Amino acid sequence: MTKKALAGVATFAAAAIALSGCTGGAADDDPSNTIDGEVAGDLTIITWRTDLVENGQFDEYIAAFEEQYPDVSVEVEAITDYAGEMQTRLTTDNYGDVIGIPASVQPDQFEQFLEPIGEKADFAETHRFLNGASYDGTQYGLAIGGNANGVLYNKRVFEEAGVTALPTTPEAFLAALQQVKDGTDAIPMYTNYKDGWPLGQSFGNLGGVTANPDAASEMAEDPAPWSEGKDMYAIDGLLYDAVAAGLTEEDPLTTNWEQSKVDLATGKIGAMTLGSWAISQFQDAAEANGASADDIGYMAFPSNVDGAQYSVIAGDYNLGISRHSESKAAAWAWIQWFIEESGFAENEAMISTMASAPLPENLAGLEEAGVQLMEMNPAPAGEEGLLNEVSSDSQVDLFGNIYRQELVDVARGAADGDKESFFADLNERWGASVERLAG
Amino acid sequence: MAIKDSTAVDVAVDRFHPEGRVQRPSGAARRRRILRRLTPYLFIAAAVALLVLLTYWPAANLLYFSVTDWDGLDQDLNYVGADNYVRVFTDPRIFEVFYVSLYYFGASFIQIGLALYFATILSFNTRFKNFFRGVLFFPYLINGVAIGFVFLYLFQPDGTLDTVLSWFGLADPPQWVGDPDIANWSLAGTSVWRYMGMNFVLFLGAIQSIPSDIYEAAELDGANKWQQFWAIILPGIRRILGLCFVLSIAGSLSVFEIPFIMTGGANGTSTFVIQTIQTAFTHRQVGIASAMAIVLLAIVLAVTFVQRKLFPDEKVDLT
Repeated sequence: MTKKALAGVATFAAAAIALSGCTGGAADDDPSNTIDGEVAGDLTIITWRTDLVENGQFDEYIAAFEEQYPDVSVEVEAITDYAGEMQTRLTTDNYGDVIGIPASVQPDQFEQFLEPIGEKADFAETHRFLNGASYDGTQYGLAIGGNANGVLYNKRVFEEAGVTALPTTPEAFLAALQQVKDGTDAIPMYTNYKDGWPLGQSFGNLGGVTANPDAASEMAEDPAPWSEGKDMYAIDGLLYDAVAAGLTEEDPLTTNWEQSKVDLATGKIGAMTLGSWAISQFQDAAEANGASADDIGYMAFPSNVDGAQYSVIAGDYNLGISRHSESKAAAWAWIQWFIEESGFAENEAMISTMASAPLPENLAGLEEAGVQLMEMNPAPAGEEGLLNEVSSDSQVDLFGNIYRQELVDVARGAADGDKESFFADLNERWGASVERLAG
Repeated sequence: MAIKDSTAVDVAVDRFHPEGRVQRPSGAARRRRILRRLTPYLFIAAAVALLVLLTYWPAANLLYFSVTDWDGLDQDLNYVGADNYVRVFTDPRIFEVFYVSLYYFGASFIQIGLALYFATILSFNTRFKNFFRGVLFFPYLINGVAIGFVFLYLFQPDGTLDTVLSWFGLADPPQWVGDPDIANWSLAGTSVWRYMGMNFVLFLGAIQSIPSDIYEAAELDGANKWQQFWAIILPGIRRILGLCFVLSIAGSLSVFEIPFIMTGGANGTSTFVIQTIQTAFTHRQVGIASAMAIVLLAIVLAVTFVQRKLFPDEKVDLT
């Protein structure tokens, strides 16, 4: 009896030691384990694309890669709540070999988690979208592809409503939505308020409104970005005005993202502010529900600078190499192969990271309309994370939905205030944090 | 039983040999005796270790994080002293949300009232007694996330609730979660539906532990059911009633899953716990969020303490 109890305690203690031992990997010891070393070993890839793993597409990528590099054995691990789970995984040493760099990792923290892959300048000629994964001139990852930003709409609905020319100003856009409301049964614009994250998509247009590639780094030091004539005023103002004019769904608290794809594709919704990554998903939804994929249109954010329209293009997730990886060379080979040769960007209709690759077909609409694609300039050295820091400190979640939900509430009369008072409050919170972080 | 007996023998032996010499001074016997003394501790060791590992260690960590500026990721934590606590107490937006707790606190009275009503009715001889008990307790067994989704469909415009209301000629119902004046009541109502079963079972158990001869005596004296309720049941379950109030105060301060699933804290339904989560994971301020969690713990402890002082735990005497 006592022996068994003792054994039980001993087992438990051993398990505890083993558990804590997990975090004490010794991957950094081997001097030959660099990205220039021998391409061999086991490779674990952690991805957020559960859909590609489930439908077998990822296995095809792996098979193609292993054929080219027979000494490497690749395993993939897909995580549904990628951003949330990776934040916890990153506090251990065990987070795979190749990861998509989670947005919660700040640029100045890259070196804590990731293996540098070279100087940023070395990639500048050949690659797009380098800013998202570089810090102080060092590159820590490469984007899997990129997206344009703008507004997704249903061409048939707009035609039915009698909208002939795509709006190029916020006023014209609101007028077009009004026409949709009057002339069709469709909800002119859908906010996806309940799911929340689609509200943050419009932030991707920062810089495109005023054709200012430095808008993001300027905003990080601007005490009042929600002032007339600035990007944020136009972006959030458009949402406010559309909601205030009753051009959005009636009860925003019961929206549903999956359903909204079907509804837009079948003409029950007119438009949504989304990145161009969404186009293929909406086209699929259209095909699956008896509508035509050709109905899905994409336009730039309704604004112009002296008649010219701009759409910001930016990188999606960046692939990086774990600092604790035991086969860094194989990981680096995978990243290069995945971006240059796998055909992933074409399959997903994304803008390829390779500067030499052509634009995807689904952006033809933007090209026809004469929209110019622009990439943002990098933040000044040492200030790469400043915008995020101000956003966190002021609790104005630029990339998220919390303050935009409040904005919708104010606009639909469900909370106190009006456009001026709400933007003034945002400016005050933002300005206080700018001052706190600058000082 | 066997262990207890042999220990007694050992002690007796020791008394006769004060120097510690025993009749069989072999090392094996002594080891066995030490092991025997250790046995109870070894048995609880696993439980204590798990408790420390899963409860006290994380709580200690929370306390530690609350005095740092940790963002949930960085490998360096900077000590910032009481800064986070100062921020929690000086930022009006943080404490504003306790206003929302009042809805749930108000609803908890309805909840306790209903639970008491059903528990009393179903403790008497009612037809289909066990069936109704099952029905009333059932919601408590369902996963809270599932309940959130079910009620979300119920409250949707032209959803189940609106359809049922229209049968009774109530056209043009409000937006149950879309209207900010009603949203918190809808959510609090959902909470009542979910947690009433718990109160109900507690009350029912307490009522049934009252000896039946007291009821018989009351009936012989000619007391009706109403008088039995006031004179026997209510005093008999006073302690459980007090406990339920403490639980409902603590519960309404830390409401989480129902608003989190149903509205995500939007439309003025944010609670303190939702705000803590947003601070930690959306705004990446784990330090401040930890301080908020500690403050909530302190508030709940304080409320419980005050409640216990005001309504001390009297011994119930029905005779």
